[in-house]
Amino acid sequence: MNCLLSAEKISVRYGSLAALTDVDLCVHDGQRHAVIGPNGAGKTTLLNVLGATTRPQRGTVRFAGRDVSRLGPAARARRGINRTHQRPAVFATLTTIENIEVAALPRTIRRRRWWPGGTRGTARRLAAGLLDQLGLSDLATVPAGHLAHGQRRQVEIAMALAGRPRLLLLDEPAAGLSATEVDRLAELLAALPREVAVLLVEHHLDLVYALCDTVTVLRDGRTLAAGTPDEIRTSPLVRQAYADGMS
Amino acid sequence: MIRRVRLAVATVVLAGLVVVPWVVDDYTAAILARTLALGLVGVSVALLTGVAGMPTLGQTAPYAAGAYASAVLGSQVSDVGVVQVAVAALAGATLAAVTLPLIVPARGVIVLMITLAIGELAVTVLGRWRSVTGGTDGLAGITPVRPLWGLPVLATDQARYLYTLAVVATLVGAVLLLLRTRVGPLLRAGRDDEMRLRASGHRVGLYLSGAHVAAGAIAGAAGSLLVVAQQYISPADFGFDTSALLLLGVVIGGTASIGGALVGAALVIAVRDWLFGVLPGHAPLVLGALFVATVYLLPTGVTRVRRPRGGSRPPIPAPRQPAATPTRDRGPTPELRV
Repeated sequence: MNCLLSAEKISVRYGSLAALTDVDLCVHDGQRHAVIGPNGAGKTTLLNVLGATTRPQRGTVRFAGRDVSRLGPAARARRGINRTHQRPAVFATLTTIENIEVAALPRTIRRRRWWPGGTRGTARRLAAGLLDQLGLSDLATVPAGHLAHGQRRQVEIAMALAGRPRLLLLDEPAAGLSATEVDRLAELLAALPREVAVLLVEHHLDLVYALCDTVTVLRDGRTLAAGTPDEIRTSPLVRQAYADGMS
Repeated sequence: MIRRVRLAVATVVLAGLVVVPWVVDDYTAAILARTLALGLVGVSVALLTGVAGMPTLGQTAPYAAGAYASAVLGSQVSDVGVVQVAVAALAGATLAAVTLPLIVPARGVIVLMITLAIGELAVTVLGRWRSVTGGTDGLAGITPVRPLWGLPVLATDQARYLYTLAVVATLVGAVLLLLRTRVGPLLRAGRDDEMRLRASGHRVGLYLSGAHVAAGAIAGAAGSLLVVAQQYISPADFGFDTSALLLLGVVIGGTASIGGALVGAALVIAVRDWLFGVLPGHAPLVLGALFVATVYLLPTGVTRVRRPRGGSRPPIPAPRQPAATPTRDRGPTPELRV
């Protein structure tokens, strides 16, 4: 089966530090794929390479059969790679619904006229629908800069979904969330349509094992192991890596 | 509710501005017309600085391009004011478009430096291109305009003021309407977090280019109004002093507020031109004090007074609680529609 997204021999160095070394990754259509590993393993760097905010020294990124290595973040997003960030990135002075509406616009613009106002109604309806499904309708008119951390994270996920992605890159979506919010996040991710593939970077292993069908483990910028959640959970190599990472 | 109050205030202010020529003398009407022209450039500065997040000290360049295009080219083409405004706007937009490759890739203080350099270069060119611009002596004896075909020539300061007011009100209204379309949220989103906007698939450079050219056109149109209001132009009208006053006016009025830019320009001109007579030699000092007081006491500008302590944030309702925690073993979860 062909990969929807494939990363081949990705290497990133920051000076003398090798953040990633020859990392390969394949995410299939509709797959829930997690990347885990101790702090400093290179998980976020890998996500940044896939989202085009970090340029690798070596390696190729292909999406839907095309080489997208030279494309920037906006072009990759228009092709269907949408993402969230480790620190939730929202437009602070815009209201919650405007945030999602802005994120939805590129998709609606392509389908309709380009002139301002021509597609805003479509984007607004999409944003309102997403807010409703995420249980955030009460926050629609609140400026995003006034939201709590967990609420911002949910809004950013809604923004990523508003772009109608084929691949959703989530960078530690459960970080800083309360137990209730993590439950809500798990519910949200489980409810995603199967045609949307998800690549999840996460420390919250219960969430990873509950949602994902494939797990890749990174350590010191290299792939340590890859397999099903059960294989990874019982792998002595992975246990050792986490034990070393904690010590 | 707030929108209605703002609309009511704007209507009252506009009505007041319409009756002003019958209340004040010719000199005051002429100053008010110049203030309106400068206020329109302030609107272009607010559009770039406050809305799009590109601080600028160079809007005097398209302002000058519009003024000279209106005085030199426009008067050759037609004596109709609307035609001259269009020619001036085109000149301002063209100059802005030419400088796009320098400005759009830059950010923050670098933009300020580049735009300052462009403004200074424009003044230098105006001062040296004597055959067209009259050099540092400027251009005098500019042909009076008629607002539209078939209307009489604007012969009095009151008439010139009313014409300037009509053009400024029309253009400011157009800008406000444009910002209520998706253009407004897109520009503000780029100002808040450019990387996030790119990550959503938006062509941020294209939006900034559009904002820069539009701001150039507005400043150019303001240049045409200056020619009408003053009937004389020289490079001194477009020097660094003017750039600094414009930015000062926008900061005082509230950087993200289009109406605030007009109010800020009015305050700055009032202090500079009227206090000059009352406190000779001390106007810059008063202006500086006004700026410092505004930054400390009203950081969002005089038109956006902060809400009282404790009421600055709207109440945030708690999100609805989830029904249950999903696990792989539970039944099928309903699909999210995206």
